[in-house]
Amino acid sequence: MAPIARLLLLALLSTALTISSGSGDGYTINGRVKIPQGLGTKGFALPGKTSNVKVILNGGQIVTYLRPDGYFLFQNIPAGTHLIEVAAIGYFFSPVRVDVSARNPGKVQAALTENRRGLSELVLEPLRDEQYYEIREPFSIMSVVKSPMGLMVGFMLVVVFLMPKLVENMDPEEMRRAQEEMRNQGVPSLASLLPGGGRN
Amino acid sequence: MAIRSFLILFILFFFSSLNPILSLYEDQVGLVDWHQQYLGKVKQAVFHTHKTGRKRVVVSTEENVVASLDLRQGEIFWRHVLGSNDVIDGIDIALGKYVITLSSGGSILRAWNLPDGQMVWESSLRGPKHSKSLFLVRTNLKIEKDNIVIIFSNGRLNAVSCMDGEVLWEKDFEGESLKVQQVIQPPGSNLIYVVGFASSSLFEMYQINALNGELLKHESAAFSGGFLGEVSPVFSETVVALDSTGLILLTISFQNGKISFHQMPISNLVKDSFGPAKIIPSSVIGIFAIKMNAVTIVIRVKDESKLEVVEKTNHETSISDALSISEGQQAFALVQHASHEIHLRVKLAHNWDDNLLKESVKMDQHRGLVHKVYINNYIRTDKSYGFRALIVMEDHSLLLLQQGEIVWSREDGLASIIDVTTSELPVERDGVSVAKVEHNLFEWLKGHMLKLKGTLMLASPQDIAAIQSMRLKNSEKSKMTRDHNGFRKLLIVLTRAGKLFALHTGDGHIVWSHLLQSLQKSKVCQHPIGLNLYKWQVPHHHAMDENPSVLVIGKCGPSSDAPGALSFVDTYTGKELSSLSLVHSVAQVIPLPYTDSTEQCLHLLIDADKHAHLYPKTPEAISIFEREFSNIYWYSVEDDNGIIKGHALRGKCTGEVADEVCFDTRELWSIVFPSESEKIIATVTRKLNEVVHTQAKVIADQEVMYKYISRNLLFVATVALKGSVEIGSVTPEESWLVAYLIDTVTGRILHQVTHHGSQGPVHAVFSENWVVYHYFNLKAQRYEMSVIEIYDQSRADNKDVWKLVLGKHNLTSPISLYSRPDVITKSQSYFFTHSVKAIAVTSTTKGITSKQLLIGTIGDQVLALDKRFLDPRRTVNPTQAEKEEGIIPLTDPLPIIPQSYVTHALRVEGLRGIITVPAKLESTTLVFAHGVDLFFTQLAPSRTYDSLTDDFNYALLLITIVALLAAIFVTWTLSERKELQENWR
Repeated sequence: MAPIARLLLLALLSTALTISSGSGDGYTINGRVKIPQGLGTKGFALPGKTSNVKVILNGGQIVTYLRPDGYFLFQNIPAGTHLIEVAAIGYFFSPVRVDVSARNPGKVQAALTENRRGLSELVLEPLRDEQYYEIREPFSIMSVVKSPMGLMVGFMLVVVFLMPKLVENMDPEEMRRAQEEMRNQGVPSLASLLPGGGRN
Repeated sequence: MAIRSFLILFILFFFSSLNPILSLYEDQVGLVDWHQQYLGKVKQAVFHTHKTGRKRVVVSTEENVVASLDLRQGEIFWRHVLGSNDVIDGIDIALGKYVITLSSGGSILRAWNLPDGQMVWESSLRGPKHSKSLFLVRTNLKIEKDNIVIIFSNGRLNAVSCMDGEVLWEKDFEGESLKVQQVIQPPGSNLIYVVGFASSSLFEMYQINALNGELLKHESAAFSGGFLGEVSPVFSETVVALDSTGLILLTISFQNGKISFHQMPISNLVKDSFGPAKIIPSSVIGIFAIKMNAVTIVIRVKDESKLEVVEKTNHETSISDALSISEGQQAFALVQHASHEIHLRVKLAHNWDDNLLKESVKMDQHRGLVHKVYINNYIRTDKSYGFRALIVMEDHSLLLLQQGEIVWSREDGLASIIDVTTSELPVERDGVSVAKVEHNLFEWLKGHMLKLKGTLMLASPQDIAAIQSMRLKNSEKSKMTRDHNGFRKLLIVLTRAGKLFALHTGDGHIVWSHLLQSLQKSKVCQHPIGLNLYKWQVPHHHAMDENPSVLVIGKCGPSSDAPGALSFVDTYTGKELSSLSLVHSVAQVIPLPYTDSTEQCLHLLIDADKHAHLYPKTPEAISIFEREFSNIYWYSVEDDNGIIKGHALRGKCTGEVADEVCFDTRELWSIVFPSESEKIIATVTRKLNEVVHTQAKVIADQEVMYKYISRNLLFVATVALKGSVEIGSVTPEESWLVAYLIDTVTGRILHQVTHHGSQGPVHAVFSENWVVYHYFNLKAQRYEMSVIEIYDQSRADNKDVWKLVLGKHNLTSPISLYSRPDVITKSQSYFFTHSVKAIAVTSTTKGITSKQLLIGTIGDQVLALDKRFLDPRRTVNPTQAEKEEGIIPLTDPLPIIPQSYVTHALRVEGLRGIITVPAKLESTTLVFAHGVDLFFTQLAPSRTYDSLTDDFNYALLLITIVALLAAIFVTWTLSERKELQENWR
């Protein structure tokens, strides 16, 4: 037990040491989760609050938590290629592939699986912060205009103010002909359609 | 109808192409969703009630939860759900500021900061051998301001510093057959006693210096009678044990290193003693309890060898651990159960005859018996001692009793849900009470003014808060009647404790709860286990007056041939209509798609001897069943042997007692997977109640593809034997995964695909004509998701509209068991970032709305992923026509859009299952995710195209109408004036 504690101390001092052969039947993976202060300050996770961050090995085989300084530790790990996932509300972490080799213990072999970037030391940082909510757009005239109601009003305005202009630009001859035609067909005018419009 | 659905499809497409993700604004949280946090059955509780600071109780539970609760309200201060195989063995509070947990079979020791739950240190303990005995001993030993905690695990005694988790000393107990029974640390001394049994008749005692682990003394003595079970410490240097027959009590004292035995036959103490006894361990000085059958006997030890029975009772009794209240004084609590009440007594350890406290508390019968009790004291204003008791009930609920009242209670049974079903609420009628919607016109106007202010961004922060609370408190959603859209339903859940709960989907409150008689421990059934819930009676057409009911299926004991137990529960009232103890076992339950005249659903129960039993046992049900006799097929999966078998019915049972509802079965086919190379790890079939709207799928170039829709398709995933272990211990070369699609009527394998270099665990979901499965790709070291879609090719050249209209399209291909169905499959694989705990798919009433996959990730969140991302027709560069159809360009990884997490910023800790239920409104589906937490929400995979959303702007509509009207009048007057002028001209 004592050598592990010593290793742990050592690892605390130098972050480069990631995998070490522990006493007994397995290896130890030691790493750190670093959440930058600037990210994810929008409400959910307080920056630097690490008590609800879980570090998960091989899809749930071992689950561990972070110490206040962000370090985590997996002990008794057999040699092989392992997958470490970090579950933290508000951040997107890429899973990390860690090779624990029996031949050269202490050698770091870790890579992010999302973008295949190799890691020289096991310091896990979120790729991005996650915003779970849509942001309400501030009130703007454009949003009102773009809404179905706005379009309706807009169309009405076009009909009311632009149509007469179009009519005005028409050839007076043609206009008269059209009006005559309309009168012959007895198409009711807008006024006659309305209640009380039948007076004329 | 066709036009309508076409329109809907069009609108759907229109909307979905606008925005493929569903999203939520932060102020919409809690409108349609709710989230409840639970703990599970409490295993151990430690109080922390110092004068300063908040009063807390720290608990560990059977769901591997360690949590700190507010002692006043029972709310959670913080909580951690440890990994599924990280079982908590013991907890304690050290230094007044750290919670120490021992877990994973005594190999991991962690300290958590008491105020906020931050992990402070973690250390790993190992020992020379694996053993079951584990002890976490609280000590008051101080070494330079530090406390030490003594842990015995895996054959090694460790002393660990509470400050940093460093192991100060360790001592191995490597005796071959030594079984350590107790680790005793007499208060106020620097000694530790480790006592145990070696071989079967040797008692061993080790005396150790607690400061440095030095072995001071080792004594052993033989007792010819042997020992049975556990020991209970009665004094710091005396323990009580039973001999191997369980009839003689042994008082073993090891004072000054001298071991002496005193025998006392139980029959001398209790006149009418019967059968062997069992020791109930307790830590109270001078008192222990034994249990014989249902009788509990409390025995006091006087001096060294004098035993005296102080109480003998038939009632269920629980004894708390000792609580030292002052120098040399220990108190403990006894809880006894009488029918409607529980009696709580607190006594001093050395004074049995007087009670410090005696209270009776009325207790709901549906909480069952008291399983555990923990006490804590406080000083009353008159300087006397007051006691509060935390009790754990049979239904896993947690209650705090103080001054004869239940101060708070938590329904922690809901943390371990076994099965879920839903039930409709009663139809709104005159007699049914309806919550008031709006108080008066003024209130209504005020509400709408506030909303208008909100939309125009004129509201002050107080107004916003008022709007928010108005929206959340909407009384409409928690009404106890059916609603038009089908959003309000009852979720019926069965918990591991054998209790049935009905939760309202509106706000998650418990409508009723019922502890099932059939799942209670009884003489006939020692270890009842709840299995499944089925809808028993769903009245709609001609049985409207009946209440709906559910069928609960359980069995006695874990073995496969244990007899079954059934319960029928009314879902409106929560009353158990009847319960049955079956003579046969229940290996499989097949809900049949037939109902009798009272709308009772027919169920076929298959027992371990492959006999089928029909329920309900009515002549009517039998006659319905006999009509469909030849149409009933089912399959069974034997994971261990790697065999899948198909079955059908043969005839009435022969040989046994003539039972009308018992039927013989025959085996139709079997598929045997080579046991040396393949192991079944997942089988998935379609949901029985799934509705498929259309079988045809029109693809871009006006071609029609027919989905192969069969209820009898089974997806099976097998892995190479080496790949069935965890990730990290196999190489890609020695592991592969095979996915099969099997027709369960004919036993024919329709499709088979091998993924080399992949391994499980496999999570899959089957819907319509496709299956999606999630697995691990060892070569890429990433998770993958694959989709297989299966199409019916026999009808591909059969697109004559007239045939379709006349209904003759099915007749062209001969249907025979022996003809191979002409199917083609399309598949594609994608990378997926996270590990997965569960996958489900949305379901809607008519199956028109496009589907979303609901993926429960390892971070206990539920991600909604559009099925269009898992479309085998995706290509890197889709053609224009394909783009119009809505095909998304192919990308290797599936996108994870944070806004499409349906659980938004919440976690469903310990996620186990996701259930989707269609609402009556076609666009909407109800989602219920359960684990240690519960989460419920409504989802509209293609947005709510058939109803106005909650944030629909009524104000704008009103303004528009007013504006239009005003404009009409203005133009009218204008046009009239103009006409007048024209006339004058």
